[in-house]
Amino acid sequence: MDSSLPVVAAADAAPLSPGQLRELYSLMAAVRYLDTSAVAWQRQGIIPGYAPELGQEAAQVGSAYALDTARDFAFPTYREMGVARTMGVDMVAYMSTHKATWHGGMYDPLASRLAPIQAVVAGSVLHAVGWAHGQTLSGGHGVALSYFGDGASSQGDVHEAMNFAAVMKAPVVFFIQNNGWAISVPTERQVAGGSVAARAAGYGIPGIQVDGNDVVAVYEATRNAFAHCRGGNGPVVVEAMTYRRGPHSTADDPGRYRSLDDERIDAGEDPLERHRKRLLAESVADEAFFTAANQEALAEEEAIRTGIEALGPRPGNEMFDFVFQETTPALETQAIRWREESEHV
Amino acid sequence: MYESTTATLEARAATENQSVKLSMQQALNRALDEILSNDPKTVVFGEDCGRLGGVFRITDGLQAKHGEPRVFDTPLAESGILGMSVGLAMAGFHPIPEVQFDGFAYPAINQIVCQIARMNYRSRGTLPMPITLRVPSFGGIRAPEHHGESLEALFAHVPGLKVVSPSDPHDAYHLLKHAASRPDPVIFMEPKSRYWQKGDVDAADGGTLTGARVVRPGRHLTLVAWGAMVARCLQVAELAAEDGIDVEVLDLRWLKPIDAEALATSVGKTRRAVVVHEAPLTSGLGAEVAQLITQSCFDTLKAPVDRVTGFDVPYPSGDLEDEYIPNIDRILLGIQRVLEYRRG
Repeated sequence: MDSSLPVVAAADAAPLSPGQLRELYSLMAAVRYLDTSAVAWQRQGIIPGYAPELGQEAAQVGSAYALDTARDFAFPTYREMGVARTMGVDMVAYMSTHKATWHGGMYDPLASRLAPIQAVVAGSVLHAVGWAHGQTLSGGHGVALSYFGDGASSQGDVHEAMNFAAVMKAPVVFFIQNNGWAISVPTERQVAGGSVAARAAGYGIPGIQVDGNDVVAVYEATRNAFAHCRGGNGPVVVEAMTYRRGPHSTADDPGRYRSLDDERIDAGEDPLERHRKRLLAESVADEAFFTAANQEALAEEEAIRTGIEALGPRPGNEMFDFVFQETTPALETQAIRWREESEHV
Repeated sequence: MYESTTATLEARAATENQSVKLSMQQALNRALDEILSNDPKTVVFGEDCGRLGGVFRITDGLQAKHGEPRVFDTPLAESGILGMSVGLAMAGFHPIPEVQFDGFAYPAINQIVCQIARMNYRSRGTLPMPITLRVPSFGGIRAPEHHGESLEALFAHVPGLKVVSPSDPHDAYHLLKHAASRPDPVIFMEPKSRYWQKGDVDAADGGTLTGARVVRPGRHLTLVAWGAMVARCLQVAELAAEDGIDVEVLDLRWLKPIDAEALATSVGKTRRAVVVHEAPLTSGLGAEVAQLITQSCFDTLKAPVDRVTGFDVPYPSGDLEDEYIPNIDRILLGIQRVLEYRRG
């Protein structure tokens, strides 16, 4: 793996405290429990669909843990539930997208510093560059954290984004979760040149690969990348090598393109189990802590499920209300007709 | 060029305090200058918009006056330009990006349709997109392929976008300032063949900036047009007048939202209408206009609404351009068809 880590100011490079190391586990446990439960919700008919991130907890929690919600901004696709949870986003509002309540989710993106959920996987990568350039224009010190995967990296927008950011020295961390699969297509049929991080050299910016199943390694790499950006040195590419342990979505059937044996071999060690062992080995946590963390995760999932089940459909007039800030006569007419006709039947 | 334009302009304005004669290029340049001066959140950017001042010189001198951070060149990538606009808008800026030529909006369609048009909706109104996308549009300048396209129907079909096209320097100046002051994304289609035509600009009085505008009143038939076709329709109206046909010319200006009321008022009076546009016929905006007229004026129409348009062919090379764009004769023939129509 490339070890050309950006130089980090000493003050920013303080090691994680025992409390922070435990918090990382608690976050991953909450994410794991909510993620596996959401698949069950779909089977139970509570939500119509879900895109699990099983196996990517360390990549998501570790990276988002490096973000400062007072000044930074994250740009997700649709598989960043762990990022949202780590950033403290209202999880009922976040999960509402999977309830089919509202595409972008019901959370406030400005208040939570997380852009709306995005189905065009490379679409938001350029938004991150624009937002980051805005920091340069306004003299801010925020950094944009752009999430995308190995599949999205094939899109031209990712090239345009990396080139723009490098030319403009925009403070962007391009954070790739290389989870091995873009639905049914494996990374080797997706990414030429060995890795996404390797492309960074072509843009003259730092690119690093990191063990995406090691939450501490992910955190440190992302933290260093943030420090690099904040220092006015331009963008960084961080590629977290991880594994999508579950299906692409609840509508997917991985048995058609990979075997259970392949999964067992390729997935590597479970990121939660790995961090648990570390905390035990370093005497940072004991079994009682893990029992409590798991119980908290369970209680949290129950509260979120209750909130999701209570979510009714949005009033139909919202279809019309959010198209524009200033509506048009044609749209007003259509809204009136919709109301009249829907009340008629 | 910037200094000479402004110096002339201000000298004239000071003495006359009234209208000044400007080309559309000068009017747009002045509008951008004033927007940048008045709204510190405005940023102007695109390919060659900075030092060069744009290939049509619309941004001429703006970087020198307002600084490189606010007026800048981007790499040559339209999706990047528009995607970046989304992020800037999310950060509270008011981007005025330029796509160098109409046909190069296609590489940016994903960002325009899936992102700019939808972000306000997706975010439930929390992330407005106050983006004014300037697109030098339409044909008529003997340019290479992809430099003469009319994309208004494509943009107008996308929920979340507004579309406007000025036909003269006065409207160009005021509509650009108006569009840039609004909170929704506006596709601003500049008729590139009209950039160098001069006209009176009354900077103090823009008049009504929403809806259509009657540029020539008439009694017998309404020509509905926008962009470069408005000037051509005015020529046609002069010629028709020699034959005693009194043609009203309605400059639609806003292609979304379309001013249905103005169509009803005009055609309600003239009882005949021909829509003229450069874009191909099938599923062109003329169909939408014809339907709006039919809906409001069905009982009084003396003939079906006719259309004189480009053809359902890729925009041709310069040598064939005059065969493609509606010319005076074709528009006159369209008028004749409508006037001679008799109910079966």
